[in-house]
Amino acid sequence: MSGPLKISLTRRYRFSASHRLHSRLFSEEQNWELYGKCANPLGHGHNYVVEVTVAGPVEPATGMVANLGDLDPFVEREVIEAFDHKYLNEEIAEFGDVVPTTENLCREIYRRLKPFPAARLERVRIEETSNNSFEFAE
Amino acid sequence: MIRVTRKVEFSAAHFYHNPNFSAEENHRIFGKCNNPHGHGHNYSVEVTVAGEPDPSTGMVLNLKELKEILDREICERMDHRHLNYEVPELAGQIPTCENLAATIWRLLDPKITHGRLDRVRVYESPEIFADCTMESNGDAPGSAPSAGSKGVRA
Repeated sequence: MSGPLKISLTRRYRFSASHRLHSRLFSEEQNWELYGKCANPLGHGHNYVVEVTVAGPVEPATGMVANLGDLDPFVEREVIEAFDHKYLNEEIAEFGDVVPTTENLCREIYRRLKPFPAARLERVRIEETSNNSFEFAE
Repeated sequence: MIRVTRKVEFSAAHFYHNPNFSAEENHRIFGKCNNPHGHGHNYSVEVTVAGEPDPSTGMVLNLKELKEILDREICERMDHRHLNYEVPELAGQIPTCENLAATIWRLLDPKITHGRLDRVRVYESPEIFADCTMESNGDAPGSAPSAGSKGVRA
């Protein structure tokens, strides 16, 4: 009863960064009301875990959807080098006017990884802490 | 619909080598996974079955029966074995976690008689896993694991 099967490969990566949740659209009071201690003006940080899922045909010659020898340096170059040990609000241009919630971080990392040439990017899932996770897929 | 997931673990040896590649190509494509002496992993397999609970038992399927199926189909075949040499279902395939997920799907699918097999997830390490699911109508065609070879990706 098996129909066509779909295979995906997921790899977990890590980076550490600081951020502050604060919107210029709101007053200081509203920001505190909305974001709580995440609105602390001096920022705070997380050890982020980024799960990157790619899907596509399994190449019979290699048994792989994508070679981690290709995916690892791509993610390292496009995401880890850019985000690790940075202040997301100040050092990532895309968060100039966008609040660096982990929802928005998912979208931004997905956008950066979408051009991966060897397989189709299927999902980006981020654990902000061991209790909170977010994911984005198209 | 309810999804029920059961996890099993096994430990096995493998290495990656394609006899159609030169030694240099095998090394370039597979890196240290090409070591002919092999290496091993503690694999973890999450098997998810989906369905409606039977009103008389409250269960999609009996986890005791699922455990027996997983022990028989996965662990007895693969635990403390060399995946390249000792698992006939993997013969002729590079024993990646992608191929393991598809192979385990094919072993389990006919055995699941209550509910339907929804996903097989194979962790090669806590940081790397492959998922095998059934292609849904909305997915792009051509992603079956048996798709024809178009050469090795750069």
